[in-house]
Amino acid sequence: MRHAWPRTSAARSKRSVDILALLVIVAVLTAVVVVVSAPLRGGRVERTRGAAEDDIAELEARKEAKYREIRDAEMDLRTGKLSREDHRALDRQLRAEAVEILKALDDARS
Amino acid sequence: MATVGRALLILALAVAFYGVAASIYGAVRGRDEWIASGRRSVYAIAALVTGAFAILEVAFLRSDFSFATVASHSSTTTPTFYKGAAAWSSQEGSLLLWLWLLSLWSSLVLFATRRQLRRVAPYATAVLLGFAAFFAGLLVFRETPFELLAVVPPEGNGLNPLLRHPSMMIHPPMLYSGYTLFTIPFAFAIGALITRQVGAADWIRATRRFALGAWLFLGIGILLGARWSYAELGWGGYWAWDPVENASLLPWLTGTAFIHSIMIQEKRGMLKIWNVSLVLATGTLAILGTFLVRSGILDSIHAFGASTLGVPFVILIGILIASSVGLVVLRRNELRSENRLDSLLSREAIFLLNNLVLVAMAFVVFWGTFWPLIAEALTGTRRALGPPWFDKYTVPLAIVLVLLSGIGPVIAWRKATVSNARRNFLLPAAAAFALGAVLAALGAADRPLALAMFVCGAFVVASVGQEFWRGVGVRRAMTGENPLAALRSLVARNRRRYGGYLVHVGMALLFVGVAASTAFNDARDVRLAPGQSVRSGDYTFTYERATSRISTHDGELEKISFGAVVDVSRDGRHVTTMRPERGYYPSRDLRGLGPVGRFFEGEATSEIGLDAGLRRDIWTAMTPDIRRLLPTIEEGDRVFAAAAGKLPPALEGQALGAALEGIVDKYLADRPQATFRVISSPLVTWIWIGSIVVFLGGLIALWPGPDAARRKVTARYAARVAEDLGRA
Repeated sequence: MRHAWPRTSAARSKRSVDILALLVIVAVLTAVVVVVSAPLRGGRVERTRGAAEDDIAELEARKEAKYREIRDAEMDLRTGKLSREDHRALDRQLRAEAVEILKALDDARS
Repeated sequence: MATVGRALLILALAVAFYGVAASIYGAVRGRDEWIASGRRSVYAIAALVTGAFAILEVAFLRSDFSFATVASHSSTTTPTFYKGAAAWSSQEGSLLLWLWLLSLWSSLVLFATRRQLRRVAPYATAVLLGFAAFFAGLLVFRETPFELLAVVPPEGNGLNPLLRHPSMMIHPPMLYSGYTLFTIPFAFAIGALITRQVGAADWIRATRRFALGAWLFLGIGILLGARWSYAELGWGGYWAWDPVENASLLPWLTGTAFIHSIMIQEKRGMLKIWNVSLVLATGTLAILGTFLVRSGILDSIHAFGASTLGVPFVILIGILIASSVGLVVLRRNELRSENRLDSLLSREAIFLLNNLVLVAMAFVVFWGTFWPLIAEALTGTRRALGPPWFDKYTVPLAIVLVLLSGIGPVIAWRKATVSNARRNFLLPAAAAFALGAVLAALGAADRPLALAMFVCGAFVVASVGQEFWRGVGVRRAMTGENPLAALRSLVARNRRRYGGYLVHVGMALLFVGVAASTAFNDARDVRLAPGQSVRSGDYTFTYERATSRISTHDGELEKISFGAVVDVSRDGRHVTTMRPERGYYPSRDLRGLGPVGRFFEGEATSEIGLDAGLRRDIWTAMTPDIRRLLPTIEEGDRVFAAAAGKLPPALEGQALGAALEGIVDKYLADRPQATFRVISSPLVTWIWIGSIVVFLGGLIALWPGPDAARRKVTARYAARVAEDLGRA
């Protein structure tokens, strides 16, 4: 019996560890299921943009890019990479393109 | 805790599969709740893998040798600093790190875009979860970090001594961050192709920063690896065209091409097929890089050796290539350019040329890396291509690349006139040619390729300097700020532009350092006895005397080191004293080895002697001649074998210590010869300085712009465009 004590004790200790591990796993599993399935159970869903809003966002991105191009052209003029004549022609063209994007944005928003 | 760790990975795998299905179902049916559930799967995987990674780290820090991976890659004597990093020195630990970083970066991008990209994001989520499922699957079924040993050993094998370097703490996380971040633009590109949104500026805007981050992290990882190689491997170089080094360079090259050419798509709606092909190739090459390190198909000192992971990776790479090519072909109509190149004298044209050079470099590196496999398939014999083959093609390409990185900043978008170009090129070109003339007169003409690189590097520094100078002038004229404030506001308002310019300067410095240290280094391998000297460049290296010592850690014998005191002089004047060493770590595998002999059958590392400076590095490493010690070592083993079991363990330890002390003393008494590698190499430090400049420039370009300022500027331009609209 004296030899049996350590083994029993060890086995009990191992079993208690296993039970603790099992409890942890079950708790984690529950948490994962709760978190992942929350939107399906009527929980708060971050409202994703609709297709129309996606189009607007796309046009906004294009507008930003066009404005960046206008700013770059202006910087190129100021730092001597573009002559005044070249810049005037380029700026006019870029602004015309920006106008088209703005028109499309207005259409998408209306 | 191993059970919990394993369960977390199984859960992560299950959640990944569920998330793929939920995301695709939500996207196809237009059901927001399923899309949100799929996205939450990514967050859940990040949490689960964080838990698993924490369990593994704790096991390493506590030296819990019941974990097989801890027992084989750490020990109680491993310094705590390195115990934390030992987790990713193993195959399974590094796979877990890969998955962890992937889940974190994926969570970040999906959280940032949770209200955007309605059509693209769910498919991107599914792709990212597909990657997560693949790596979680490997960790569950092939290489689990939570395998337990039936018998817990009292001591572990310890961390490979070669990996005990500060760079190795950071190198893998940086490299893997780069790889995993490149999967993000890949995933969004796939989503954009599926949903026919590939021409949209929206997804590019959302993921561009991640591509830039990937480029930056991967670059830092590569450079840290180079630094480790220089300081730790004992051969005196920083780049050896090793397959694993090349594997990390491939996605970096195509990624560099992508972050340039994507600007043309953003601005002009051009190069859509090219860009999407680049981003898909970069993502695939990132996986290929991971595969090369793990599969063991190519011989490399950096690889994990032969493993069973080759087949799953080949299948994954096959799927990535097939789906990428298929989608690009299917969507070729949507990928048509909206505009054409206005002029060959424009920044777009320079970017295009830069792209071609980068892709050509990537092709050369790819071909050279895989040549052993190609040769084996064709001839039945495996033959590797060495550094001269790589240098032959990459050096001219690198010179052109550096030249282009100087031209880009001083040439206008769309169309530059010859007169303007002449005006902008005059000063930088004059400065570069003046420097070239001086260097040629000093003797650099003997190395024309190096001289060309110096001229191009000077051109880059001068052209970018001119850009900063003019930019500051413009700011000062507009605002009246002092030069420093003008510089600060100039950079703050144009982070992408000026951050990018700094990156160009850093790369030029780095390439100049590489060119100088490759073309003008003087390396000698020589065997010396104490008192003898060797010359390298202008320096005389004198082997003054031998050194030896025994290192202990926590009362245990850690290693035996044999070294040398080397005096370095120039023109008879003392420059520095260096103490290179060779450290011998005992083998943990005791089969057939005696207690003394095992110290000379384990890992050996080089502690180099280095005197680094802005003008030149003096470097030396040594290999001691221990042949004369072998009879003593064998005698020691015989004595210990005869006394086995007769001495109490404490006494046996003392006797072993005394025996090793005797060997160490005998080494000194013998006045031993040693083989030295001595190198004097110019401008190596500029490689590391250039790297730091690249890093700073990358950070500036990556840093988010001030929203308020952006809105203000946008509003101002919007008003002007609206004004034009009113006039139209």
